[in-house]
Amino acid sequence: MTTPWKLICKQEDLIEGAGVAAMVNGEQVAIFYVPESDNKVFVIGNWDPVGKANVLSRGLVAHLQNQWVVASPLYKQHFVLASGECLEEDIKVPHWQAKLEGNEVLIAVN
Amino acid sequence: MTSTESFLNTKPHLVVIGNGMVGHHFVEQMIAQAGHEEFQITVFGEEPYLAYDRVHLSEYFTGKGAADLAMTDGTLYSEHGVRYFTNSLVTEIDREAKTLILQNGESLSYDKLVLATGSYPFVPPIPGHKRDNTFVYRTLDDLDAIRACAKQVTRGTVVGGGLLGLEAANALKNLGLETSVVEFAPRLMPVQLDEKGGAVLKEMIEGLGVKVHTDTATKEIIDGESAFHRMNFADGSHLETDLILFSAGIRPQDALAHQSGLTVGERGGISVNNHCQTSDEDIYAIGECALWNNRIFGLVAPGYAMAKSAAGHLMGDAGVTFTGADMSTKLKLLGCDVGSVGDAHAQSQGCKVFVYQDEISQSYRKMVVSEDGKKLLGAVLVGDNSYYDTLLQYYLNAIDLPEQAQALILPTMGDAPVGLGVDALPATASICSCHNVSKQDINDAVCSGALSVGDVKGITKAGTGCGGCAALLKKVVDNELLALGVEVSTDICEHFAYTRQDLYNLVKVGGIKTFAELLNQHGKGHGCEICKPAVGSILASVWNDYVLKKEHISLQDTNDRFLANMQKDGTYSIVPRIPGGEITPDKLIVLGEVAKEYGLYTKVTGGQRIDLFGATLPQLPEIWEKLIAAGFETGQAYGKSLRTVKSCVGSTWCRYGVNDSMKMAIDLENRYKGLRSPHKIKFAVSGCTRECAEAQSKDIGVIATEGGWNLYVCGNGGMKPRHGDLFAKDLDDETLVKYIDRVLMFYTKTADRLQRTSVWMDGLEGGLDYLKDVVINDKLGLCSELEASMQHVVNTFQCEWKTTLQDPEALKTFRQFVNYEGSDSNVVFVEERSQMRPATEAEKQQLIAKVG
Repeated sequence: MTTPWKLICKQEDLIEGAGVAAMVNGEQVAIFYVPESDNKVFVIGNWDPVGKANVLSRGLVAHLQNQWVVASPLYKQHFVLASGECLEEDIKVPHWQAKLEGNEVLIAVN
Repeated sequence: MTSTESFLNTKPHLVVIGNGMVGHHFVEQMIAQAGHEEFQITVFGEEPYLAYDRVHLSEYFTGKGAADLAMTDGTLYSEHGVRYFTNSLVTEIDREAKTLILQNGESLSYDKLVLATGSYPFVPPIPGHKRDNTFVYRTLDDLDAIRACAKQVTRGTVVGGGLLGLEAANALKNLGLETSVVEFAPRLMPVQLDEKGGAVLKEMIEGLGVKVHTDTATKEIIDGESAFHRMNFADGSHLETDLILFSAGIRPQDALAHQSGLTVGERGGISVNNHCQTSDEDIYAIGECALWNNRIFGLVAPGYAMAKSAAGHLMGDAGVTFTGADMSTKLKLLGCDVGSVGDAHAQSQGCKVFVYQDEISQSYRKMVVSEDGKKLLGAVLVGDNSYYDTLLQYYLNAIDLPEQAQALILPTMGDAPVGLGVDALPATASICSCHNVSKQDINDAVCSGALSVGDVKGITKAGTGCGGCAALLKKVVDNELLALGVEVSTDICEHFAYTRQDLYNLVKVGGIKTFAELLNQHGKGHGCEICKPAVGSILASVWNDYVLKKEHISLQDTNDRFLANMQKDGTYSIVPRIPGGEITPDKLIVLGEVAKEYGLYTKVTGGQRIDLFGATLPQLPEIWEKLIAAGFETGQAYGKSLRTVKSCVGSTWCRYGVNDSMKMAIDLENRYKGLRSPHKIKFAVSGCTRECAEAQSKDIGVIATEGGWNLYVCGNGGMKPRHGDLFAKDLDDETLVKYIDRVLMFYTKTADRLQRTSVWMDGLEGGLDYLKDVVINDKLGLCSELEASMQHVVNTFQCEWKTTLQDPEALKTFRQFVNYEGSDSNVVFVEERSQMRPATEAEKQQLIAKVG
């Protein structure tokens, strides 16, 4: 089965070392551009389940315990960019496969 | 109040007579043991004030007010149902009827009574001792009277060269009087010091311009020729002086005991047993009025211990007894260190003595050891108290002295470590004698989760009495943490094995301009939400680059990244700068119009600005476009930086103002508005001592005086209020700014991440005196660097919003979505009091249901 890749935006829409928000099929996502990582781009949900607001794209990107995470700007919980798992609490935000092809940002949607 | 009142209450009535430090501590102890639930507690104080800190009474003359010295504002009492009455002198106890009679004639009954009446100053019955312009030194009212008199005169004399006498002499000197001390005994501080120690102290004090007459008896006081009084001495000489202050010792205030027939000592003092019960088992006496084992204890720590044992006994715990107390003391008198431990006079059988004296730097130290040389029995220190803590621990805990015991009082040569590791202290070692906290208590506190000196203080109260044990306390806490395997790491995070101060220096000295450079040269990994903003802030403090530059943007916390304050629903609030809170009607109208156009919730802040809430990301640049066009600048409410300079109108409008606080506030705000610092900074400027701008609760507080400006530093409101410390008095404008430049830059350079100035000051070794030394006397040779750094920040100020509006790359980041023009449907407002606010979860459900 081939992954249905969807074009979301261009590389120049992203911010190096930080996140931006995008709308994908009516759902808010947070796209992080991390040039030092193998993946380069990560996509998780923009909804912060602790702070209950669409803010994760505006958190600080950090590298902790050998994984890339974002710290929520509201109450500072860390969410793993590759899996959406929260390091402090037993919660999870959705995550999507994503890739940078040329200057196009693509994510896998079902 | 009437005698019937107590019948309304079924609880037994416990009355405390006296609301000094010990009386207050007793009430605290009762409350801590839930004694207010067992007893109806009533407190009578003779003075107009509730308990205040008499140990630091002299600070009343150096800037502290009655409120600073107060130990309670009454809240603790009211919250626990303790009734209290000030200005209420109890004149009679009827032990048969178990009632008390007050000076105003009212009476009330008691079941249990605690006398904490303290002491009164002894005034030798010299002819003329009741003349005008003669004083004692005990209460705030005494100090007010002394201050009023000192303003009119030039010469002051203290009768009594003991601990309190010298303290009083210091106060007179601070009030600007030519000061003399007259002591009957052959030396100063006869109780604590030996002959040589007293002589060294005398020399030091005379070096400070205070005349000392020892071995001098005053025969009479009569009218003076060149001054108000003449004191004629027994040897035929005399002294002319305008003001006389008697400080010739204290006497227990035991009048009620005499009146009611309680047993008192031959030389006064209410006799008590180990539970502090008097000869009437329902009456207790504690503190300086109590006589235990024929001794009066004129220090606060034994008084607290008595309060504890009395409270324990009343609550049915007979295990906490008072069995005497150590009277060792260390203090700074007129700037001279004086310490006395145990048997200072070497009166113990067969004891031996070590003495060290240095006439050049003026210091004297003596150790009294047991006959076999194994135990320390006593010590005298004059000139340098850094030896005190170690000596006291050897003494209190009867620790075996090291082989070369004299090393304990010899000056340090090279790196040879002197002193006693805290490891060597036994668990029972008393660390804080005011609150009787042992090393074990501290260990227990650390084990139960207190991981800092502050936490330990909060739990055990150690270090919150006289404060003398602060350095030792920190060592013990650090040591306990280490022992528990808690790494006392000062590393900022896993990416940098450095403190914030180290990073600041690395950035500055290495000329490092970006996070990547710093990480590459001095760190590891990729950074996190701790080190990134911290380094971002340091880079801004040192180089003052635009914070949204491509290489800096990913370092910024969301507030700094979008130059606004994120609220709970992900929208932002906007706070334009309004320097000093002064705003023209036109600008006010612009704020109103903008708020109205965007439907922003509007509120006046505590810092005299206007906060506009509820702006979405894309609205931020639009709104700022309008604000900048109207002449506003960013208020940096989002940054760890200068927030506001609060102000009153000062001499421009106010009929009490003595200087133009408005102009000063505006000038200061404009000078420091660009400074990024370890945490936010708030200022205030008041135009007179009425202090309407509340400057003493700010990081930097300025108060206008007749002579210029008084500068207060490191105050805080908020979570943990702290009064600012008076840093310098009567400054001219230029010196004021110079000092503020230096203090702020020294803070910016040395504080920890997110450390407010108040906490920074509390942790600064050497405290206020050290900061004064650095800033005023340039002890570290840093002042010109600090000023230059500040001048760089001032010169390179930019309004970050203005720069942002001109930078299309930066503006791009304010889009709500990169691929969609709509807004965040989760941001929902409802109206309340004619403005909008974020909808609650429940309100959102309802609204969605309606729409659905």
